[in-house]
Amino acid sequence: MKKVYANAAEALDGVLFDGMLIAAGGFGLCGIPELLIAAIRDAGTKNLTIASNNAGVDDFGLGVLLQTKQVKKMMSSYVGENAEFMRQYLSGELELEFNPQGTLAERMRAGGSGIPGFYTKTGVGTVIAEGKEHKDFNGETYILEEGIFADLAIVKAWKADTTGNLIFRKTARNFNPPAAMCGKVCVVEVEEIVEPGELDPDHIHLPGVYVHRIVQGEHEKRIEQRTTRKKEDA
Amino acid sequence: MPWDRNQMAERAAQELEDGMYVNLGIGIPTLVANYVGDKDITLQSENGMLGMGPFPYEGEEDPDLINAGKQTITELRRTSYFDSATSFGMIRGGKIAAAILGAMEVSEKGDLANWMIPGKLVKGMGGAMDLVAGVGRVVVVMDHTNKHGVSKILKECTLPLTGKAVVDRIITNLGVLDVTHKGLHIVELAPGVSREEMIAATEATIV
Repeated sequence: MKKVYANAAEALDGVLFDGMLIAAGGFGLCGIPELLIAAIRDAGTKNLTIASNNAGVDDFGLGVLLQTKQVKKMMSSYVGENAEFMRQYLSGELELEFNPQGTLAERMRAGGSGIPGFYTKTGVGTVIAEGKEHKDFNGETYILEEGIFADLAIVKAWKADTTGNLIFRKTARNFNPPAAMCGKVCVVEVEEIVEPGELDPDHIHLPGVYVHRIVQGEHEKRIEQRTTRKKEDA
Repeated sequence: MPWDRNQMAERAAQELEDGMYVNLGIGIPTLVANYVGDKDITLQSENGMLGMGPFPYEGEEDPDLINAGKQTITELRRTSYFDSATSFGMIRGGKIAAAILGAMEVSEKGDLANWMIPGKLVKGMGGAMDLVAGVGRVVVVMDHTNKHGVSKILKECTLPLTGKAVVDRIITNLGVLDVTHKGLHIVELAPGVSREEMIAATEATIV
């Protein structure tokens, strides 16, 4: 089965539809599927619900899909870096479902693992718990959270082999593996595609069974907060 | 003299024991890393890293290597990387010994509010709810009063909660308080701060 596509637009051909649920990898602007996001913008797919920890910044990452008003709803843990997001949210154009960060990650992992719901202590006694089933285990109270089953996962990895085995790099891994797992279709953009056998099987971070389409491209990899120290501090 | 930011961070560093895996929040908690001394402490960054190193030298920033505050950082020889589900698995599973966090309000029952002010821009809770629900011990480091001089340690929080009955210890510019099942208990006073001054500055009941 051929998994490698020539570009992001071809890799998404036939899988996009209005009103779909997309799970996206990335934390802040680190490890985001920037090429696939641009291709979804160009495709013009509308009324999207996107499960992603953050919503990008105004002109990069998922922020570009907010600019074009292609997003109906975000499922996120933190959206603080995006003025257009706030404008659309406060004016009622955009729905927002806050998820604690670990709950969001686990909802993706669970969905990808065939688990429709799980109990967690996170959020008990807060607004997050309102309307959710509560259950006690060993004297402690937990709430029921549901797995996410996305129509599409868009993911950024460092390297793939042509069978879809993936390796991520440093903290750019973040939400990418759980997002990949919960997608009915998973499309991955990488910096380098290699032949099978070139990646050590013991060092694969996500096996190719989760990956349906792969595209290689050039990444801007923008830095959100550039913090440094001077050499003389050493 | 009450403690300044750095002295509060230095006092908070005393909470850390050799061998601990710890998560530090943004603000004063970040400064705690400067005062761990010879103790063998491994810092977790909840976006998927254990063994967080200092900021990189100019020109050596790596866009693939950031902390939970989205700042560029470096790795150490002991560093490991993992995905977000694994990261919060170790938090929720109690493997992270302690979190040192900032706060807007803490109640005498240990309720914590640090993510949302109704009517203002809501940015989200990020990983704060998961951390306070999961880690072994939650230490709050914050100013005792807000900029209007009003106590941030209250009988009941007025802001939406991050977690209910989750705070173990509060370190402020005035001293150190423990949340016990009987109520707030003074552990330590900053130099020159009297017990009466601490009680007067605190809306919650000190037992």
